[in-house]
Amino acid sequence: MQSMVTVNSETEFLSEAVFEHFLSRNAGLPSWLVKQKEKSWVDYLALPAPSRSMESWRFANVTGLGVEGFRLAPTLEPSETHSLLEASKRIESNSGELVFGNDDLIHEEALSAELSEKGVIFEPLSRAFAKHSEILEEFFMAQESALGSEKFTALHTALNRNGTLLFVPENVEIELPFVSFHWAKGEESAVFPHTLVIAKDNSKVTFVDVYGSDDKDLAQLACGVSTLYAGPGANVEYHYVQNWNESSLSFNRLTTITQRDANIRAFGINIGSKHARSEGHTIIDGAGSNAELFSMTVAHDSQEMDQRTLQSHNAPNSRSNLLFKNALQDESKTIFSGLIKVAEEAQQTDAYQTNRNLLLNPSAEANSLPGLEILANDVKCSHGATTGQIDEEQLFYLLARGVSKPTAQKLLVFGFFEEILKQIKHEELADYHRQLVQQKFGNA
Amino acid sequence: MSTEAAIDIDREKGNFSYDTDYEYDAGVGLSKDTVNYITDVKGEDDWVRAFRLKALEIFNSKPLPTHWATKDLENIDFDKFRYYLSKGQQPSRTWDDVPDDIKATFERLGIPEQERAFLAGVEAQFDSEAAYSRMKDELSKEGVIFVGSTEGLKDHPEIFRKYFGKVIPTGDNKFSALNSAVFSGGSFIYIPPGVKVKQPLQAYFRINAENFGQFERTLIIADEGAEVTYMEGCTAPKFETTTLHSAVVELVALKGAKIQYITVQNWSSNVFNLVTKRGLAEEDAEIKWIDCNIGSRLTMKYPGVILKGRGARGEVLSIALAGDGQHQDTGAKMIHAADDTTSNIIAKSISVGEGRSTYRGQVHIPKHLKGCRNNTECDALLINTNSRTDTYPAITVRGDDNSVQHEASVSKVNAEQIFYLMQRGLNEGEAMSLAVNGFINDLVKQFPMEYSVELKRLIDMEMEGSVG
Repeated sequence: MQSMVTVNSETEFLSEAVFEHFLSRNAGLPSWLVKQKEKSWVDYLALPAPSRSMESWRFANVTGLGVEGFRLAPTLEPSETHSLLEASKRIESNSGELVFGNDDLIHEEALSAELSEKGVIFEPLSRAFAKHSEILEEFFMAQESALGSEKFTALHTALNRNGTLLFVPENVEIELPFVSFHWAKGEESAVFPHTLVIAKDNSKVTFVDVYGSDDKDLAQLACGVSTLYAGPGANVEYHYVQNWNESSLSFNRLTTITQRDANIRAFGINIGSKHARSEGHTIIDGAGSNAELFSMTVAHDSQEMDQRTLQSHNAPNSRSNLLFKNALQDESKTIFSGLIKVAEEAQQTDAYQTNRNLLLNPSAEANSLPGLEILANDVKCSHGATTGQIDEEQLFYLLARGVSKPTAQKLLVFGFFEEILKQIKHEELADYHRQLVQQKFGNA
Repeated sequence: MSTEAAIDIDREKGNFSYDTDYEYDAGVGLSKDTVNYITDVKGEDDWVRAFRLKALEIFNSKPLPTHWATKDLENIDFDKFRYYLSKGQQPSRTWDDVPDDIKATFERLGIPEQERAFLAGVEAQFDSEAAYSRMKDELSKEGVIFVGSTEGLKDHPEIFRKYFGKVIPTGDNKFSALNSAVFSGGSFIYIPPGVKVKQPLQAYFRINAENFGQFERTLIIADEGAEVTYMEGCTAPKFETTTLHSAVVELVALKGAKIQYITVQNWSSNVFNLVTKRGLAEEDAEIKWIDCNIGSRLTMKYPGVILKGRGARGEVLSIALAGDGQHQDTGAKMIHAADDTTSNIIAKSISVGEGRSTYRGQVHIPKHLKGCRNNTECDALLINTNSRTDTYPAITVRGDDNSVQHEASVSKVNAEQIFYLMQRGLNEGEAMSLAVNGFINDLVKQFPMEYSVELKRLIDMEMEGSVG
C-alpha cells in the first residue's frame, strides 16, 4: 500500500493538544457549537476509560480501546477518492446521496427540486452548521448517552466536523431512500461520522448509512453518532452498514426518539471492524408508537462485536420489538446486552427482545445479557436468548440431497438471516444487505 | 375506571419475641477482637482462627457491590450489629434438655411436637448455637453425620475440612467473607456412600435479638451415590432496627449423588438477607435448589451449581414474592465445567404494591466443552401499577454442540380471570390469591408436601383481605 499521508504535526494525534489544533483547522463554526465542543472535550478528558468492572462493559475486552494512537484523518487528494466514489455506487435508486471521505464531502447527489421546494433539507453538516444553525442548535447531540460510551460520545462531539442532516417537513412522504457513505482512508485515520434525521408529523422517509474503509489492513478509528427523530405519525426507516476494515476500532451510537403514533424500523448490519461497539437507544416518548429493531452480525477471525441496546418505554400503548441475530465463526466474540425499561406511566406496553446466536466454531464466544426493568403492571414484555449450532437434522437433510457440507452450512446460515432480510421492502437495499452478509462467508 | 388498591402485607402478623439473656455476647461491631472472641468461646483450632482472621481482612478490603446491586446495601451499618450471641449451651440431644423459654419460642413458630417426631432429624437453631439437635437412631447407624458447624469442624475435621470454604471461597464476595469471619451455627452433614436418606433433614432458623446478625454456615457432603434432601425454613420476629443475615451454604455431591436443598425464607421485612449458596456436582451427580423468598427487606441470593463432572445436572427452582418495601433480588448461577452437563432454571416472581423483584442469572459454558445444555425460564407477575420487576441474565456460550435457551416474560393477573372468579362468589382477595397460586402452581408442586401446603397458606395470608 502506498502511504498517502505525511505526519505534519504531532498535534494531529488524539492527545490533549489535538482539540486546539482541531479548532484552528475548522474556523468559522457557530459559537454555540464551539462552546458545545469545548465542554465535550473537557468531558472526554475527565471521563474514565471503560473498565471491566463497569456493568456497561461487562464481558467486553477493554484493553485495546485506547484512541491515542489515532489522528485526525487527513484531507484526501482528488486522485485518492476515485476508488471511494466507485465503491459508493451501490444504492442507485435513491432520493439523494452524500459521500464522505475522511469526513470531507467528496460527492453529492442533491435531492430533487421538487423535494427541495417542499422544504426537505438534505445537506452535509459542513454546510448545514452555517445554513441551518437554528435546527442544529436544537437537535445536534441533544441526546445523552445511556449505554456506557459517554467518553467516546464526548470525543465525537468535540471532533466531529461533518455528516448528514436530513429534515423532512410535515406530511411529506418520500419513497426512495437517502444514502450517506462514510469512508475512512489512511493509516491511523480517525473519523467521526454523524447522521441527524428529523422527520416531522406524518412524514415518511428512509435513510441508509454505509460505513467502510478504503484500505484493507490499516488501523482506523471510527466514532460515529446517529440520531433519528420521528415526529407524531411519522414513518422512519433506517439502515446502517458497519463495514470498517478488520484492523479498525469502531464506536457507534444510534438514538431514536418516537413521538405519538410514530413508526420506526431500523436495520443494522455488522460485519466490519476488529472491535466494534455499537449502542442503540430507542426512546418511546409518544403513545401509540411502534419500533422494530433488527440487526445482523457476522463475525469471524478474532473480531469482537459488542452490541448494547436499550428500549425505553416512557409512554403508554406503544410497542417495540427487537431481533438481533449473530453468526459467529472462528475465534470471534459477540456480546448482546439488551434492556427493556418500562416506566410506571407506560401502561399497555408490548415490548419484546430476542437474541439468537449461531455458533459455527467451538472457539467462538457468544455472550447474551437480555434484561428487563418493568415498573408498569399492565404490560406484555418478554425476552428470549438462544445460542446453539446449525441444526443437525436440517444439515443432514441437505447432505442427503447431495449438497456439499460447506454449501449446506452456508445455505442454513443464509436462511438464519433471511428472517430479517425479508422484512426489507426496498429491493435494491435488501439485495445489497443480503450480498454483504453472504460475502462475509465467501471470505471466511 | 377503578384502580386496584395496593395489596398490603400485614407484617404485624406473627410478630413476637421473648426477652432472653445471652450468656455470651461478642459486643457490638466487628474487629479482630470480635473474631478472636468467637474463636475463643467456641474453643476452635488455630486453623479456624487463621481462616476467620483472613476472612475479616478480605471483608474489609472488598467494596460493597453497589455498581450493579441496589444502593440499599449502603444502609447497612456494620458497626451496629452484634456478631455473636450464644446461650452457651452445648447442642442438646433430648428435648428435655432444651430450655423452657426456647421451647416456648418454637411453640410460637408452630413446629408441632408430633411433626418433629416424624422428621428424620431436627436441628433448630436458636440464635447462634444449635439449641436442639437430635437424629433418628437409624440414620446414626447408617453413618450419617448431622451436626452444627462448630461440632463438625471440631469432631470431624477429616471429613469437613477438605470441602469447607472450597465451593465458596472466602473472597467470593463481600458477604461470604463476612460469614467466613464470624460464622456460627448452621449444619454440617455427611451422607456416606450409597445411603439414601428417605426423609428430609430439616432445620429452622430464627433471629431473636435486636440488631443481631446471623451468620450460619452449612456444608452438606453427599458421598458417592448418596441422596439427601435438606429443608430450611426461616421466620423472624420484627425489630425496630435492621437485622443482617448472611449465610454461606456449600453443597458437595460426589459421583452419582443427589442433593436437594429447599428453602422457605420468611424473615420479617427489616432483615437484610445476603446469602451465598453454591453446590459442586461431580460426575452424574445432581444438585437441586428449591428456593422460595417471601420475607426480608432485601434478599440477595443466587444459588449456583458448578457442574464439574461429566453428566452432572443442576437445577434451580425459585419463587419470590416482593411486597411493599421489599426487594427480592434472586436468581441462579450455572457454571458448566464438564461435557454433557445440563442445567435448568425456572424462576417465578410476584411483585405486590411497591415491591420489587429482580432476577439475576449467570450461565457459563466455556470453550473446551461439548454437549452442554441450559434452559432458563423467568416469569414475573405484577399485581399493582406501582410494582416493579427486573431481569438481568448473563449468558456466555462457547464450545461444540452446546445449546442454551433463555426466556423471560412479564405479565399481570388477567382481569377476566378475576372477574370470572368473583362471579362465582369469591371476593377479590380470594380470587387474586387463587390466580397467584395458579401462577406458581407448577413450581409449588415440586416442593415436598408440607412445604407446598405451607407456601399456599403463606400466599393466601399475603393476599387475603388485601384487595379492594
